Amino acid sequence: MLPDSYQAVLSRKAEIMKAAVGMDFAQFESGSIAFDYEGMLAATGYSLQDVIEIQKGFSVGNTPLLELRNLTELARKLAPPGKGARIFIKDEAANPSGSFKVRRAATSVYHARKQGYPGVVTATSGNYGAAVASCCAMAGLRCIVIQECFDSRRTGQPEIIEKARKCEALGAEVVQLSVGPELFYTFLRTLEETGYFNASLYTAYGILGIETLGYEIAMQFRERLGRDPDAVVCTNAGGGNLTGTARGLIKAGCQAQVIAASVNLKGLHMASDTSFNRKSFTTGHTGFGMPFSTWPDRSDVPRSAARPLRYMDRYVTVNQGEVFYMTEVLASLEGLEKGPAGNTSLAAAFALAQEMDRDQCLVVQETEYTGAGKHLNAQLSFARRNGIEVRFGDPEEEVPGQSIILPEHPRQIRAREVDLDHMRRSLIRNALASVDHPPTEADLEFLAQETRTDKKFVMEAL
Amino acid sequence: MPRKDDWGLVHRVVLRPEERTANIPEETKKVPFEMWVKGRLKSDADLGQEVTVVTRTGREVRGTLLEVNPTYTHSFGDFVPEILTIGDTVRQMLFGGSADAS
Repeated sequence: MLPDSYQAVLSRKAEIMKAAVGMDFAQFESGSIAFDYEGMLAATGYSLQDVIEIQKGFSVGNTPLLELRNLTELARKLAPPGKGARIFIKDEAANPSGSFKVRRAATSVYHARKQGYPGVVTATSGNYGAAVASCCAMAGLRCIVIQECFDSRRTGQPEIIEKARKCEALGAEVVQLSVGPELFYTFLRTLEETGYFNASLYTAYGILGIETLGYEIAMQFRERLGRDPDAVVCTNAGGGNLTGTARGLIKAGCQAQVIAASVNLKGLHMASDTSFNRKSFTTGHTGFGMPFSTWPDRSDVPRSAARPLRYMDRYVTVNQGEVFYMTEVLASLEGLEKGPAGNTSLAAAFALAQEMDRDQCLVVQETEYTGAGKHLNAQLSFARRNGIEVRFGDPEEEVPGQSIILPEHPRQIRAREVDLDHMRRSLIRNALASVDHPPTEADLEFLAQETRTDKKFVMEAL
Repeated sequence: MPRKDDWGLVHRVVLRPEERTANIPEETKKVPFEMWVKGRLKSDADLGQEVTVVTRTGREVRGTLLEVNPTYTHSFGDFVPEILTIGDTVRQMLFGGSADAS
């Protein structure tokens, strides 16, 4: 038997991943910073059309595109004359597992079955667990979901507990862990022990699965309005949602602006046992959005296929109280009760629409299911019980981990601009720190692509 | 006494505090890295005893038996009155006329 100490298991990371993803990442490496990103995606052998067919086989996709007429009307009441774009939402909660994440899961689970893996392991506390479990149920594969779930008092976010329940309801085994990055150690050991497929959120299979979301948005828009949307807002955490959606839009020849939105959780450490239950969002927040954008390869595969800075036109943040507020507005004015985390991009869109002209169109590209635990009442109540101040006020006064400020008036909802050039420079510096030699010519070219800039920008950042 | 084949929840410490990784906050480093898994008991066992369970994927996991027939108790939480106020405010703004209805 192989040694199972923390260090010993982590030192076997490359071989465990190679076996569990069925892809040798070394073939895409240049030996320096640069690697063949498009080559890695192409190596899956699945075209966009293949992915659409695979997803049909799991009854995934082709979700309704809903126009939020009352929300648009409210935004127009608050916007300057002539402003207030039409707001649409892609009702991804209508997918089998209740979120867009099943698009990612479908390609991975399909591939796992095709390659003869007996089961699938995934590390996630989010909707992705239920997505993988749902597809595994359909494919007849075994499924293990590894969750960061409890703090050291064994208190868990109601949202994560609900996700565990849903995974179990769909037949998965759920391994619940306390707070810490050592989740990766348990993940590697489980992959090694079971020989199952790693349905990582960050492989090429997962990202290709999201391309259909962007593609569908463009196609549905053209069919219904005879035109393309002007902007698409994506909730951003690990970057896959934005990357896949943007790639799908590009494949449809759609020029819509791609805007990232995250909940601002500044100051909360993601690996902190005591901060764990002081945040009311378990994903879609800056605690993932910032580090994963500026260093995508921190993920659970050697090279992440989610590289959001390649595709982002803008990045905005919203506060927790604003997202909860908009979740209630969506229910009250549109008759749509959805989970709060998926409404991060909705809160941003409500503010962004007020900057845009009336004849423009804006798409919020997801909704997620709601229910016990995963509901704004459950989340706000849990926050209050954990000593977080919940009150009406000016959202600018919100301090993540201490308060949730619900806007007194919807005009206070804002999309706060993130300095993208600053993030681009961070990515360049992080990449440089990963090697012990000056960047090669190919590296400079690669970093320009990674940051959607040019060699001049890269050289200046160095 | 919980019997063989009963559905149970076991707990184990995966890494003791001194075995944890370096790059984590102090408060996390002070506590062990723990795991909770459910499965069918391989043998009769009392609560608090070490036991092996067989999980839904057929894996065997050893740990301390914490619960038998574990269930979920998460809910919609205590009533949050602010949510009603938000709904009333925006409905009035849109259908009741003034944009300053708050």
